[in-house]
Amino acid sequence: MTGTPTGPRGVLRTKSAFLTGFIALGAIIVLAPFFWLVVASTYPSSDIFVTPPHVVPGTHLLENLRSLFTSAQFGAAIRNSLVVSVVGTVLSMVVCSAAGYAFAKFTFKGSGLIFGVIIASLTLPSQVTLVPLFQMMVGFGWLNSYQALILPSLAYPFGIFLMRQTMQAVPDEMIQAARVDGAGELRIFTRIVLPTMRPALSALAIFTFLAQWNDFVYPLVVLRTQDSYTIPVALAALRGISSTDYGQLLSGTLVSVLPVLVLFLFLQRHFVSGLLAGSVKQ
Amino acid sequence: MSVTAADAPARARRTRSRRRLRAQATPYLFLAPVVLLFLTFKAYPTLYALYLSLTTRSGGQDVFVGADNFTRLLGDPLFWQALRNTVLILVTQVPVMLVIAVLLAVAFNSALLKGRAVLRVSYFLPIVMGLVAYGILFSALMNYQDGLINFVLDAVGLPKVPWLADPFWAKMAIVVAMTWHYTGNNAVIYLAQLQSIPTELYEAASVDGATARQRLWHITLPGLRPALFLTVVLSTIGTLQLFDEPYVLTNGGPDNATLTIGMYLYQNAFQFFDFGYASAIGYVLTAIVGVVALAQMLILRRRSR
Repeated sequence: MTGTPTGPRGVLRTKSAFLTGFIALGAIIVLAPFFWLVVASTYPSSDIFVTPPHVVPGTHLLENLRSLFTSAQFGAAIRNSLVVSVVGTVLSMVVCSAAGYAFAKFTFKGSGLIFGVIIASLTLPSQVTLVPLFQMMVGFGWLNSYQALILPSLAYPFGIFLMRQTMQAVPDEMIQAARVDGAGELRIFTRIVLPTMRPALSALAIFTFLAQWNDFVYPLVVLRTQDSYTIPVALAALRGISSTDYGQLLSGTLVSVLPVLVLFLFLQRHFVSGLLAGSVKQ
Repeated sequence: MSVTAADAPARARRTRSRRRLRAQATPYLFLAPVVLLFLTFKAYPTLYALYLSLTTRSGGQDVFVGADNFTRLLGDPLFWQALRNTVLILVTQVPVMLVIAVLLAVAFNSALLKGRAVLRVSYFLPIVMGLVAYGILFSALMNYQDGLINFVLDAVGLPKVPWLADPFWAKMAIVVAMTWHYTGNNAVIYLAQLQSIPTELYEAASVDGATARQRLWHITLPGLRPALFLTVVLSTIGTLQLFDEPYVLTNGGPDNATLTIGMYLYQNAFQFFDFGYASAIGYVLTAIVGVVALAQMLILRRRSR
């Protein structure tokens, strides 16, 4: 494996090194903002923007976090985001998989129409319903509430689509056999169909969690008090203050990203498979 | 239980018909939560917005004004500017992003690339970052005086760029941030499609003496068509609704240079509380999205025949 890179194998090796180097350089550019975020959160506001930029973390992270949690009620924001994301994800999985089961395994009147309308709603800009939803929440007395954030997002068209696609692969014979054995429909669904769907359910869970965790415009509209803010709304509000405390703001941004980053690195495989199930498969 | 002989057949018939009824109801029961939620939180608000778009708030009441909101839109320079800004960002960002994503996918699919798994994750990572979070991050990176991006530009001998203060560069700032955020996501979709192209095609082409560029043009791109179609339509629909990035990164400025249709709708609704006008903007946006999506489908379908 030594020697000068001559001949066809040498050329290939040079090409390979060139390509890998080029793509790796791009990856460094893509990752640089993450790296900068981590480093910047560890400095006081007055010391974040310096030339040349810091490359070694400082010692101010805890102070930044402390001021973030005291002045911006960030603890409440984390709790709100967790409740909304976790409860929303679990309920959405239940509701979407039940609908997917109906669409995939039953023939009934209106099936095509209902499915078509739900999928077509994907092209409807979400901003259209912003004002009516706000007025509805005012009418229900639901401003600043968890249910205002959770309920409207549960009938998630992509989730219904994903569940229908994957449930079509469950063999009909298995369901028929269970019926002959006298199992009820709910039992068949929970004990036979759902367990075979674990990968698709994981993908759906990641997607809904991420969507809930990062959602912004709608929460911005229906959350009016600081103690009801979710993380993105709290961060945006911090930014609105005239003299932005970047130490607070960037450490808050870091806190908002870290959990999903860790989740993503562990569940990467499901993440990609979910993305593809919803897109390329026809 | 005392059962007379005469009762038995009737009872059996009754149970059977009840069971059939229950079997017919089953799919509807499974579907009920979604349908209920969909009607309440999607269908009803959508129709209600249509009604609102024909009204205006006057003396504490919604007054029907017909198409007034829509004619007002036609003569509203800010609306036209928002539309122009949105389209400009769209026609710059989407092609740049998709070309980079195709090249990345081809690289990831090449046997020459080492360390593929790690590199792929690196490019994919930005998508997990929420829109507000990456907006904040980029507003810091694009700081004129001491931002990291201008530091790098300066270091390689290029002039510093007034990212957030200049009308043109503010749009480009949004383009750069969006490209960072979404490109890896599209590359992964393309990569999956590439892996479904049979390798025999490439082998046969090589035997026939096709160059790398010819193979890209005649095998890779046609094979990618379904994924290209999907990503073009989805990115277009998404960009037309752009809101979070300009809200966080530039707040529509400077001088409304990054005001998008989505932002203008939000401003009218929740800063001026003009719900009727905002709903009219929403319906114009819906119409634009619908027409553009339909046109793309027709054009791309025809070309693939």
